[in-house]
Amino acid sequence: MPASDTLKPPAVETVGLTRTFRGARARRGRPAQAEVRALAGVDTRIERGEIFGLLGPNGAGKTTFLKILTTLLSPTAGTARVAGFDVEREPREVRRRISLVSGGETSGYGILTVRECLWMFSQFYGVPNRVAWPRIDALIKIVDLEEQTHTRINRLSTGQRQRMNFARGFVSDPEVIFLDEPTLGMDVNAARALRGYVARWVRERAGRTVLLTTHYMAEAEELCDRIAIIDRGRVLACDSVPGLRRQVQGGQHVELEVRPADGALPDLAALAGVQAAWGAPHPERGTRTVKFRLPPDTPLVSVLRQLEQVGVRIDGVATRETNLEDVFIAVVGRGLEDTGGPE
Amino acid sequence: MSGPLAASLALNLRATAARTYVRIVGSIREWTWIIGDAVLPNLGMCAFVLLYRTLGAPRSFEALAVFGGILSTYWLNVLWGMGSQFYWEKQQGQLQLYFAAPCSRMAILTGMAIGGILMTTLRSLFGVFMGFVVLGVRVPSFDVGVLALVFTLTMTSLYALGMTLASLFLLYGREAWHLSNALQEPVYFLSGLYFPLRALGALGAAAAGLVPLGLGVDALRQVLMGAHAEGFLPLRAETLILAGFTLAFLVLARAALAYLEGLSKREGRLTQRWQ
Repeated sequence: MPASDTLKPPAVETVGLTRTFRGARARRGRPAQAEVRALAGVDTRIERGEIFGLLGPNGAGKTTFLKILTTLLSPTAGTARVAGFDVEREPREVRRRISLVSGGETSGYGILTVRECLWMFSQFYGVPNRVAWPRIDALIKIVDLEEQTHTRINRLSTGQRQRMNFARGFVSDPEVIFLDEPTLGMDVNAARALRGYVARWVRERAGRTVLLTTHYMAEAEELCDRIAIIDRGRVLACDSVPGLRRQVQGGQHVELEVRPADGALPDLAALAGVQAAWGAPHPERGTRTVKFRLPPDTPLVSVLRQLEQVGVRIDGVATRETNLEDVFIAVVGRGLEDTGGPE
Repeated sequence: MSGPLAASLALNLRATAARTYVRIVGSIREWTWIIGDAVLPNLGMCAFVLLYRTLGAPRSFEALAVFGGILSTYWLNVLWGMGSQFYWEKQQGQLQLYFAAPCSRMAILTGMAIGGILMTTLRSLFGVFMGFVVLGVRVPSFDVGVLALVFTLTMTSLYALGMTLASLFLLYGREAWHLSNALQEPVYFLSGLYFPLRALGALGAAAAGLVPLGLGVDALRQVLMGAHAEGFLPLRAETLILAGFTLAFLVLARAALAYLEGLSKREGRLTQRWQ
């Protein structure tokens, strides 16, 4: 981090950030819904120049967190500062310095061309034309929309619109950019190119900060300097990827492909020595993949024997290093795709 | 002008210009919209002119109908292009980007209004052509300066109302479309678009006190037709009321936006299309 950046306030700082949503009132025979606590006292500090990831299952509170930081939502309690400004008391100062990109969003007017649309948004941020146009043309090239520069937005494919939307986020050259699932639904190559751009953007422009929420573990692992794992409105762990890995090391990560004798699999977590088990079926092969963690003092062979005793045939065995998914499951207690409460 | 103030002014002027540009481009690129916005609204006006002519009414009645018809296109634009706009923006997922941008939302609404006035004025030329060229309706000589003043005040008051409606309609969510429909014909009637406002008596006075269209039409008729316009109030009074409308609706629009933003931030349900 450049020395000048350490003198500036952090890019994002939250203290006890809490947000509660009132439940729907009872009407027409439907019972009233309970109040939902989307954020429950979140404390974070994101330094300038960081790519900070927010990882959590659906309903963890990621989007609520981003909405508060982008001045779209008020916190119920606690404080949030972005680039040194309070989101509640100084929203205009915050808005001058930030940008928000939500994956799957289809911003812009269909009647405008890609270039015009990006220009329109640059004007909402007061970017002078002599700066805006070269920047827009460069961004169009980066998101690989050169051929569509003068194409109307309503004639773009969904993926092309998403890439344009991604470019929109950078057109004001914000100090802090909030990327909410930016590569959601994008093809692999486009997503890789955009990840590359984000990494370069932060590296080449001193003090620029990215707060990224994503469902893709690999994306978080590849991009982020630090990751906060959030669930049910609480930050459960926050560290660099190696730091998070260290938190769950000391065991063996095992992946088995098994064929249960009568189609039913015994409760793996009940087997002696097994920790944090989860799995996925493969109906086409009639097998299941099961993953679990073993403490250092438990030999794998003892688990395999226990499975064979209950009639489970083992088609494959693999052990591997701790990855972010392991960390996530160890911290949250379930996989990323499992649904929690409302976001 | 101090630095921050100048920067803020520049930012909001850019935002206004950008949103005006969208309106202009939108009106020019889609020819089907031009037919819908320019040709169809004037068919009613032509019908009234021909009806008055067939009935042998005074020629001034034909001019009354032409001015009413021309101004009806503005009311359509205020309802559908201003009042309903934030609702459409929300459906497109754009509204939260407006709320997260540093420019004032009033600047964006002003851009919509300026673009709307410009393009509707262009479209209203079709009404002028139909009324005065094709149907041969005539008016006596008039003061261009007074006409420009009254027209400007009519437009500013009408579009300031549209800026207020933009926030209010958004609060009604999916009902915005029905609201626009519901307000279209009654306001045509209560504004005396095809007959003198005076004919409505007390009802006309009440309507004129709510929506600037009626007073605007009446004032423009007085400028263009003199005594034949059968004006509702003296021209000077109507001009002052229109200026008052402009001011009141601009203040209301700002207050409605602030209320909307506060509600949105408190409840978190106005800026997302699924909420």
